[in-house]
Amino acid sequence: MVDVKEALREYEDKIPNSILAEVEANLPASVSKEKLKKIMDAIEAEYNSSLAVPGECVGIVSAESIGEPGTQMTLNTFHFAGVAEMNVTTGLPRLIEVLDGRKTISTELMNIHLVKPYSEGKDIKRIAESLKELTMKDFLKEVIVNISEANLKIVLDKDKLELLKLTHSSVTEALRKNVKGFSFKLEKDESISVIQSGKDKDIIQLYKLKEKLKNVYIHGVKGIKQVLPVKKDDEFMIVTSGSNLREVLSLDFVDKERTYTNNIYEIEKEFGIEAARQLIINELMKVIEEQGLNVDIRHIMIVADAMCMSGKIMGINRYGIVKEKPSVLARASFETPIKHVINAGLTGESDPLNSVIENVMLNQPVPIGTGLPGLIVRTKSK
Amino acid sequence: MTDVFMDNKYIGVVKNPKDFADQIISERRMGKISDYVNVAYSEDEDKVLIETSKGRTTRPLIVVKEGKPLLTDKHLQQLEKKEISWSDLIKQGVIEYIDATEEENSLVALTEQEITAEHTHLEISSLDLLGLITTLVPFGNYNQGVRLNQGAKNQKQAVGFYAANFLLRMDMDVSVLHYPHYPIVQSITHSVSDYDKHPSGQNVIVAVLTYKGYNMDDAIIINKGSIERGLGRSTYFRPVISEELRYSGGLMDEIIIPDKEVRGYRSEHDYRFLEDDGIIYPEAGVKEGDVVIGKVSPPRFLSSMDEYSLASDSRRESSMALKHGEKGIVDFVALTENEEGNKLVQVRLREQRIPEIGDKFTSRHGQKGVISLVVPEEDVPFTSTGLKPDILFNPHGIPTRMTVSHMMELLSGKTGSLAGRYIDATMFESEEEADIRKDLLDMGFREDGSETMYNGITGEQYTVKIFIGNMYYLKLKHMVANKLHSRARGPIQLLTRQPTEGRAKEGGLRLGEMEKDTFVAHGASLTLKERFDSDQVVVPVCEKSGLVGYYDARKNNKPMSPVFGEDSDMSDIEVSYAFKLLLDEFKSLGIYPKLKLKSKF
Repeated sequence: MVDVKEALREYEDKIPNSILAEVEANLPASVSKEKLKKIMDAIEAEYNSSLAVPGECVGIVSAESIGEPGTQMTLNTFHFAGVAEMNVTTGLPRLIEVLDGRKTISTELMNIHLVKPYSEGKDIKRIAESLKELTMKDFLKEVIVNISEANLKIVLDKDKLELLKLTHSSVTEALRKNVKGFSFKLEKDESISVIQSGKDKDIIQLYKLKEKLKNVYIHGVKGIKQVLPVKKDDEFMIVTSGSNLREVLSLDFVDKERTYTNNIYEIEKEFGIEAARQLIINELMKVIEEQGLNVDIRHIMIVADAMCMSGKIMGINRYGIVKEKPSVLARASFETPIKHVINAGLTGESDPLNSVIENVMLNQPVPIGTGLPGLIVRTKSK
Repeated sequence: MTDVFMDNKYIGVVKNPKDFADQIISERRMGKISDYVNVAYSEDEDKVLIETSKGRTTRPLIVVKEGKPLLTDKHLQQLEKKEISWSDLIKQGVIEYIDATEEENSLVALTEQEITAEHTHLEISSLDLLGLITTLVPFGNYNQGVRLNQGAKNQKQAVGFYAANFLLRMDMDVSVLHYPHYPIVQSITHSVSDYDKHPSGQNVIVAVLTYKGYNMDDAIIINKGSIERGLGRSTYFRPVISEELRYSGGLMDEIIIPDKEVRGYRSEHDYRFLEDDGIIYPEAGVKEGDVVIGKVSPPRFLSSMDEYSLASDSRRESSMALKHGEKGIVDFVALTENEEGNKLVQVRLREQRIPEIGDKFTSRHGQKGVISLVVPEEDVPFTSTGLKPDILFNPHGIPTRMTVSHMMELLSGKTGSLAGRYIDATMFESEEEADIRKDLLDMGFREDGSETMYNGITGEQYTVKIFIGNMYYLKLKHMVANKLHSRARGPIQLLTRQPTEGRAKEGGLRLGEMEKDTFVAHGASLTLKERFDSDQVVVPVCEKSGLVGYYDARKNNKPMSPVFGEDSDMSDIEVSYAFKLLLDEFKSLGIYPKLKLKSKF
């Protein structure tokens, strides 16, 4: 018997800890010292051969490795018409969306996991419905505009209210909270009358109010437009269209560890840039795998790193990471050249010619691969 | 009340929309209103749409009433006797033109048998589903739709007998096939459209087999003996046109053999074919650089000095000469004048094109391919009767494309050529496959069209039977002779000093953005630099001002700074000329591009 831990310590500087942990977990207890050394040497050699060589152009290799399968994707889109109930953007449009770092994405989506006993199906319908954002127009039965007295009379849909265990007074309360400048009063016949608070009675204001009322938030989680309770592997969860991570996580029946949103900016806001980076990687890999393509995750990781390295999410476009490039010529060669050249002229920027494009423009060797190393000769001093 | 729209403009309301629409239709059939007015009532949207505008596509259909087509046998007999015509049928309301709007309200039967009480129209022929050229595809109804479409598209590019007066025409970039055939396997469209008067292909013997791997990936192999007997031979015509233009000040061009004094005079050798009128003579064999029409033009910018100078001829040379890679024989010379009354000379060049490796051929089923090998006749596989195929077609082209019609044509072409008759392969109405097979069997052949064949090189019998038959092949106008291009050194652009672009200008082949990336990805930095050396220059740079300097010819070509003159350190720097140009453009924008030089070591 050998002390595996002791033997592995020797390799701590050479091999990352995650690999060592994996080796330790998988080694049979009866391994001999010689065999362990053999294994570790083989692992070390394998690890070293998988590292990028100094001067290797990993960025362009990544770009090519993602870009080439991307050309095949357009042709395959018709295979993926989307899920029956919810049409989710996948494929090339989603890929572009993530890489561009768009703030508003075409289909926001949450997978809300639940804690026990709700995850076993308790009250699932009611919980799901309670998440949905409801505005006044979902409850309205009728709005009567009384022009001569300049007031409104709102009649609510009783059945709808009962379904969500809301009362007329709670709706009135919500209206009071969200609409200023008018007074709301609950009448005996369960209708709500609205009177302008000020002295002058303006019919136009009243009409505008009538339209405005329809969009007043009453109940549920803001931003959740649709809910769909689903059962997946013996577990109930709620799929929503629209996303509001902060609000959803504050609910007590939600499993805060597994709940997912596809909105990268929300993740960044709630959990920080590292989480956002991981989500970018996951989202990109998901699209690529859905299409049956094979792209190494390390290529995706380098892209995600580039998008997140400044601490906030930057898209791969002229407003994002290209804007951050230090070289004037490199920026000018990528979209809107005049803007960059003129600004560089005004501020007196200098270009150190450190990257690829500038050197191609000048017909100089590119500082990458064979162009990177220089030779230093030390002359003997007397 | 239902809204009524005419040409998408609201014109009013009507109480009984259905009756209203029906009335318009019946009045049209009676001839009270134009045949081209269409009306439809949309129940979903509850509106009546009347269409009268021009530019809609309409198509004729036979009217069906109470489950019976109005076109009767009597009509057909009358038509045959030429007692009535098409327009009479329309006047009688037997046939009417339906557009896309009215089609929404109609139920069209494809054949007479399937008519029910609900049908409103009958297709004149099931061929009407397709376009004219698509119906030229034999057995097309056996095909996948995409292939049918490609087959039709390919036929438009075929080299054939495009016009009987081609000898008098000055068409740009046309070819005429030498021995065009009328297809053995044909559709009704072939006879209706007088295809025998303008055929565009040849009936060839095709064997479906591979040959030394040369017909992989859609390539075809062609028998050299067949080519020598004239298969796929065509003549390519290209006109050269020149005009005597008139300029302001009474000056004009002159078509003449240019004088040696003229600016831009080529050489006596280049003008050798020109006759006294400055135009080439017919049947002259010309090559690139040879002048076809000699012309001199007045100077472009007339300065007052030149006008009075008698000493030199300021006119410039503007002859029409053959460009890089062009050659031919002068076929026809025409002297006319154009609309403006200017003298116009048109010279047509002719060139015989014998099929060669790289020429594109196709059957009528979207099975296009390029010649990859010309096999000497003695090496071509042969059948037990000694028959040698003209073309060897790769069997791997069939399964994924699912062009059943291709094989159907091959089979029926064999039957047709052996029986000495044409095969009707009109879509939906073609001869039965079983009958064609039976005919073949009766003539003593295997009914599936396969035959025992022998290796042309060793003489060994192939272990499998080879599917061999006759089919119509088309030569497409894409010929390598017009496309082949390469360059090592050559002309450059004046502005950027980079190589010119395009075959006509003997241009370079661009190593583009993405190709550049592959060099970078391999880390082949210095190879990449070398590839982009095409516009490399050495410029003197002033280290004090950071500007590109110049060599002063007055001072023994000494490099000078544009700011400090001789008082500066000048270094020679190797950059691309395009970059030097970019710096100049910056300067013209008012931006001072300052180069800071640093020792590399």
